[in-house]
Amino acid sequence: MGNKQTVFTHEQLEAYQDNPFRQRIAQVFSEDGDGHMTLDNFLDMFSVMSEMAPRDLKAYYAFKIYDFNDDDYICAWDLEQTVTKLTRGELSAEEVSLVCEKVLDEADGDHDGRLSLEDFQNMILRAPDFLSTFHIRI
Amino acid sequence: MAQPLAFILDVPETPGDQGQEPSPYDESEVHHSFHQLIQEQSQWVAQEGLELQQREQEATGSGQQTLRRPEGTQSTATLRILASMPSRTIGRSRGAIISQYYSRTVQLRRRSSRPLLGNLVLSARPSLRLYDLELDPTAREEEEKQSLLVKELQSLAVAQRDHMLRGMPLSLAEKRSLREKSRTPTGKWRGQRGGGGVFSCCGRLRYACVLQALHSLGLALLSGLQALTPWRYALKRIGGQFGSSVLSYFLFLKTLLAFNALLLLLLVAFIMGPQVAFLPTLPGPAPVCTGLELLTGAGCFTHTVMFYGHYSNATLNQPCGSPLDGSQCTPRAGGLPYNMPLAYLYTVGAGFFITCITLVYSMAHSFGESYRVGSTSGIHAITVFCSWDYKVTQKRASRLQQDNIRTRLKELLAEWQLRQSPRSVCGRLRQAAALGLAWLLCLGTALGCAVAVHVFSEFLIQSPEAAGQEAALLVLPLVVGLLNLGAPYLCRVLAALEPHDSPVLEVYVAICRNLILKLAILGTLCYHWLGRRVAVLQGQCWEDFVGQELYRFLVMDFVLMLLDTLFGELVWSRIISEKKLKRRRKPEFDIARNVLELIYGQTLTWLGVLFSPLLPAVQIIKLLLVFYVKKTSLLANCQAPRQPWLASHMSTVFLTLLCFPAFLGAAVFLCYAVWQVKPSSTCGPFRTLDSMYEAGRVWVRYLEAAGPRVSWLPWVHRYLVENTFFVFLVSALLLAVIYLNIQVVRGQRRVICLLKEQISNEGEDKIFLINKLHSIYERKEREERSRVGTTEETAAPPALLTEERGD
Repeated sequence: MGNKQTVFTHEQLEAYQDNPFRQRIAQVFSEDGDGHMTLDNFLDMFSVMSEMAPRDLKAYYAFKIYDFNDDDYICAWDLEQTVTKLTRGELSAEEVSLVCEKVLDEADGDHDGRLSLEDFQNMILRAPDFLSTFHIRI
Repeated sequence: MAQPLAFILDVPETPGDQGQEPSPYDESEVHHSFHQLIQEQSQWVAQEGLELQQREQEATGSGQQTLRRPEGTQSTATLRILASMPSRTIGRSRGAIISQYYSRTVQLRRRSSRPLLGNLVLSARPSLRLYDLELDPTAREEEEKQSLLVKELQSLAVAQRDHMLRGMPLSLAEKRSLREKSRTPTGKWRGQRGGGGVFSCCGRLRYACVLQALHSLGLALLSGLQALTPWRYALKRIGGQFGSSVLSYFLFLKTLLAFNALLLLLLVAFIMGPQVAFLPTLPGPAPVCTGLELLTGAGCFTHTVMFYGHYSNATLNQPCGSPLDGSQCTPRAGGLPYNMPLAYLYTVGAGFFITCITLVYSMAHSFGESYRVGSTSGIHAITVFCSWDYKVTQKRASRLQQDNIRTRLKELLAEWQLRQSPRSVCGRLRQAAALGLAWLLCLGTALGCAVAVHVFSEFLIQSPEAAGQEAALLVLPLVVGLLNLGAPYLCRVLAALEPHDSPVLEVYVAICRNLILKLAILGTLCYHWLGRRVAVLQGQCWEDFVGQELYRFLVMDFVLMLLDTLFGELVWSRIISEKKLKRRRKPEFDIARNVLELIYGQTLTWLGVLFSPLLPAVQIIKLLLVFYVKKTSLLANCQAPRQPWLASHMSTVFLTLLCFPAFLGAAVFLCYAVWQVKPSSTCGPFRTLDSMYEAGRVWVRYLEAAGPRVSWLPWVHRYLVENTFFVFLVSALLLAVIYLNIQVVRGQRRVICLLKEQISNEGEDKIFLINKLHSIYERKEREERSRVGTTEETAAPPALLTEERGD
């Protein structure tokens, strides 16, 4: 993955594993939801994270990645988990809850206290950076 | 808001009915989280009352309608109804996805063409089918749903079908099978199958095989082309280590290379090629080449195809019609006559026109991608969900990214808190005064640099002893280059003194100031060349001089950039910072400054194309070297910028800056040189004319005299090009179109506001209905429990009952 050698040492592999969402990605793209991916799942993942995937498809999978409790809604608890993982736990609890509150204020269209897939897709439409950040180069 | 109607739910009366209805465990659409909730519900019944009161107190404090009970304490029947809501099932199971996309393709097909209902099979009428699927998806087998979807996909156009397939959140294997099934022989084949005879089974098989082979060949070519894109691995490494922001600089460099290559192709094909092919180099002693030519462009480079002065002003390859300069008249067999002045003028014009169209198109495309109506609101949500760059693969880089996101969130919260408590009038005045002072100082610096350049260039014109030496020609480019390097640092120091609320604004302000400085200097230089040098160099080849000046500026810019990279990044980071200041922090890669340097170099190229047709080739070589130098320095010495960087916004800003000040300025310079300045009479393709534009007019007059067959060209020239009325008409039409577009966007904004309100109202309706459902089921359960209680009591001693009946 990006290097010309074929055998990796343990340290080199460790250097590639610092994406805070790596477990969620594996869970979302694996067939039985427990993180074990087959070759087809692996291909699915790279197909979704490639340049040519349409925005709605990426938004759908991003929604599933950020939905930690798998209940089809991103609730406040999911948001707290996301923010904690994004900042490596270095924001205080008060700041985290403030950020979550503001996110819900901005993105929750039907005011039910959590984000549905439509809310998430509407928010993604306003973020032109999403296509370039939710992207893995091969 | 309308009054909600009283809703009467038909709820089964007897408890025995619940056993006959399918329980949540049986429905495949219910997610496993609901199973767990149903199981836990029985355990929470005891604590229900206390928790409910507490949560109601908390929730009603916000003033909004909320769900009266959290989901865990809802009744089984409510849970079942909630579980089969479309918003819960879509995206949960494969069958739901297929049925959702089926309805979408039906809508697409209906929108494109309305088929007669009579032609459809009774069971496939769309309206009934939709109703069926949306209310009760579990009634259909998955294969039936899939075959329906395949049928709908077949009725779409191929491009639409591919687009729909790409957007489906199914696995790749399923998408492939859907595509295979929907790719059927066309109606023509179906019709002729009955005819037989001509198209036998073998023919059809061969056709299908050929199609398949072509398709796989096309795919292989596409993937091979993608593998061949230059610097793919280097860009991937840069993206992995530094993220999308630094990558945008290198992508911009690639774009500039493409523009230059296009321009060079045109110039080589239409100007340089014929000149080299038909006219060999002038006879005479070949000037000796010292190494200094590479820097100054003078010396042995002067009388080559590199500069304007070498080009002929005659019609090449003409059979002895007009004499060439000095040489014998050698008749050539065949061949078209090639009018060199006309070709020179129109090729440069066409090159600029094509560059303009390409630039405006890419700028508009990038703008469309990066700006959205209402994109300034929702910054917290966008930061949380869209700022993690999945490209980044290295541990150190992702740590840095996490730090950046944390800083960004803290800044956003601080900004919001600041807005909550606005500053006093005194503080705001002080802030405005500091801002005004910093701007004044920076503008003063830019003006000072322009004045310095002007004074120095006048000094160079006046001093005759400096004009003799070749090395003295390098002084002006050196001075200008040093000013371009030093003044932005000064402005950055000034910017550190002034207060700024948002770091994004700081970046924009820095770019603005740097740009003003560069524009001031370039403006002074253009006046110096076209105003003063033309007057001073009467009788000599001033175009050659201007071309050489621009070559010198380009080369000196490259040399100074190299030195800056070496000293700014390598020496500072490795030696000074580590040893003297004992800091382990690497210098940041300043994206804005580097991109503005690229834009400056490209402006110089465009300014010089008319006078030195090979200048794009020099720029291409320079850009290639810059890529490798910057990449090496970046990977070895620098770290990613700490400031937040909206990559797509920035790419749009850079393309806009490339188009508007840079390209527009160069186009204005070109137009002035072509229309107003008298070309020198001793060299170049326009030596006998009053202005370069006259070459076109001369040709049109020649065409008029040539005969009636091409009379439409002079007519077009007289009434459309020379007549100003046509230009006014076109500009007025363009303005009208722009105004209409603005009105349309305004209308769309209003529609978006209305739709948002509607969504919010629907949300409130949904919560209200769910609460009503709860209350109805609660009442029902209470009644059941009381009924169960009374039946138990009837089993008690009848004495108690008689007492109650008495009451």
